[in-house]
Amino acid sequence: MTAAITARGLVKRYRDRVVLDGVDLDVAAGTVFALLGPNGAGKTTAVHILATLVRPDSGTAVLAGHNLAQDPQGVRSVIGLTGQFAAVDNLLTGEENLRLMADLRHLGPREGRRRVAELLERFDLTQAARKPLATYSGGMRRRLDLAMTLVGTPQIVFLDEPTTGLDPRSRQTMWDIVRELIADGATIFLTTQYLDEADRVADRVAVLDRGRIVGEGTPGELKSRVGTEVLLIKDPDGTPRPEIPIDGTVRGLRDALAAVDGDPAAVVSLRAPSLDDVFFALTGSAASEASTVGAAPTLTNASATDASSTEEEA
Amino acid sequence: MTSFTATAADSGTMFRRNLLHMLRYPGLTVFVIAIPVLLLLLFVYVFGGTLGAGLPGGGSHGAIQEYLAYVVPGILLIGVAGIANGASIGIAQDMTEGIVARFRSMAVSRAAVLNGHVLGNTVQGLLCLAIVLGVGLLMGLRPGAGPLAWLTLVVFLALVCFAVSWVAVAMGMTAKTVESASNWPMIFTLLPFLGSGFVPTSSMPGWLRQFADWQPFTAFIETARDLLAGQAPDARYGWLSLLWCALFVVGGYVWARSLYERKSVGAS
Repeated sequence: MTAAITARGLVKRYRDRVVLDGVDLDVAAGTVFALLGPNGAGKTTAVHILATLVRPDSGTAVLAGHNLAQDPQGVRSVIGLTGQFAAVDNLLTGEENLRLMADLRHLGPREGRRRVAELLERFDLTQAARKPLATYSGGMRRRLDLAMTLVGTPQIVFLDEPTTGLDPRSRQTMWDIVRELIADGATIFLTTQYLDEADRVADRVAVLDRGRIVGEGTPGELKSRVGTEVLLIKDPDGTPRPEIPIDGTVRGLRDALAAVDGDPAAVVSLRAPSLDDVFFALTGSAASEASTVGAAPTLTNASATDASSTEEEA
Repeated sequence: MTSFTATAADSGTMFRRNLLHMLRYPGLTVFVIAIPVLLLLLFVYVFGGTLGAGLPGGGSHGAIQEYLAYVVPGILLIGVAGIANGASIGIAQDMTEGIVARFRSMAVSRAAVLNGHVLGNTVQGLLCLAIVLGVGLLMGLRPGAGPLAWLTLVVFLALVCFAVSWVAVAMGMTAKTVESASNWPMIFTLLPFLGSGFVPTSSMPGWLRQFADWQPFTAFIETARDLLAGQAPDARYGWLSLLWCALFVVGGYVWARSLYERKSVGAS
């Protein structure tokens, strides 16, 4: 398998804050790679570095054979970037936005028209093609944004939190489109805060925490580190007990319950492991510990995953 | 494709984009044209009688017409300053939206976005100046310029628009928000007042006159005034104009390029 992205020792500091602290990444061509992490972990910075928008303080990267430092224009010619905020021209129509991309990719008038029509059709934007963007919904803007990224048929597509801020239906449409891209053989590098999203499409997942890769593997491998289910027990007065990861078998559940000396009236429930669980398992600190050791960043990170706040990275 | 033809092609694409912006968002263009036209009416019909009488050799007979001929070049340069405002706002809009990050992640010539803005603004500027001159003609302005002088005037004003736009684009990029983008270019709107736009510099106190005689807009206004009157431009102001233009283009370009590289990601 050939490598689409190879990065070694990427470091980025903003003043005294270390955003990336020696990140290595390997993405095989034609695969989907998910970079998973809480807000502020450095995901967007990693994408911005690989997409030539930000220069790393140190480290090297090669994308589809083009060296990031020596041949940034070469890198730009093989990548497409869709960020968290729709990068569209609000004063133009959807079709004009796509034509702009076709012209900047030097596709030529005939090929440009063909490609624009094809993408409008594929992204279900044909009807709205000649309407100003002010009339577009959030989901339509994201679709247009992704369509613009694909005008040049990039070998490597970066999707930086492609579903943040979308309603469930638009989210679903987005993943359908991503699956089509995968079928077309593009290499996809996506970032997300949600384990289940990575789980659904990614071949490999790396977990980024405070600028470091703390775990990497297939989604299954990562989840197996925390068990397949989490057992929750609440005492009758409502006090929650510490959560117990289990392996999803009856025996596992029975053993876990047996180990609890508890009130028979305690309330039990099961839930799937979340990013928090994987995250805590990988960083080796339990949620309860984190709050007592005064590891404030961990705690903040963990709680931020639940909030739907947008990422505040530079 | 060589890098030169690629830059030219990409700049052309961006230029078309900026022209489309003007069509889709005509409010800014209308505003940029309305201000100098209103100032022209105000200065000629309200202040013109008195100011025209104060011109060197000005009599009270036909003072308004005399002042019209005097003030039109000043108003033209007010128009150029308005164009500078538009340029700053336009680039600030781009920079605060994600689109510039997209351009930067594509194999697009680095200068193309800026070239598109500057060229689009120059065209907008010429349109604005043509309308101001048209209103002047309707008000009774009878320029003495022959065809060659008119042509020189158009080229000269295009050059001034182009040069001032480069500085304005850089100024717009220093702004953190679209709202504050027109703060710095306001200086350009003041300069015709602190020069020979509305009254001769000879009527000013010595210290102000020193400034007025050397600042770029006096040179631009005097050169435009001579060309419009059909006279050969004053050599001192002519050369000073070209010098200021060269300084604006080079300085604005270098400043804008360095800001473009640094600032287009921070917005998110």
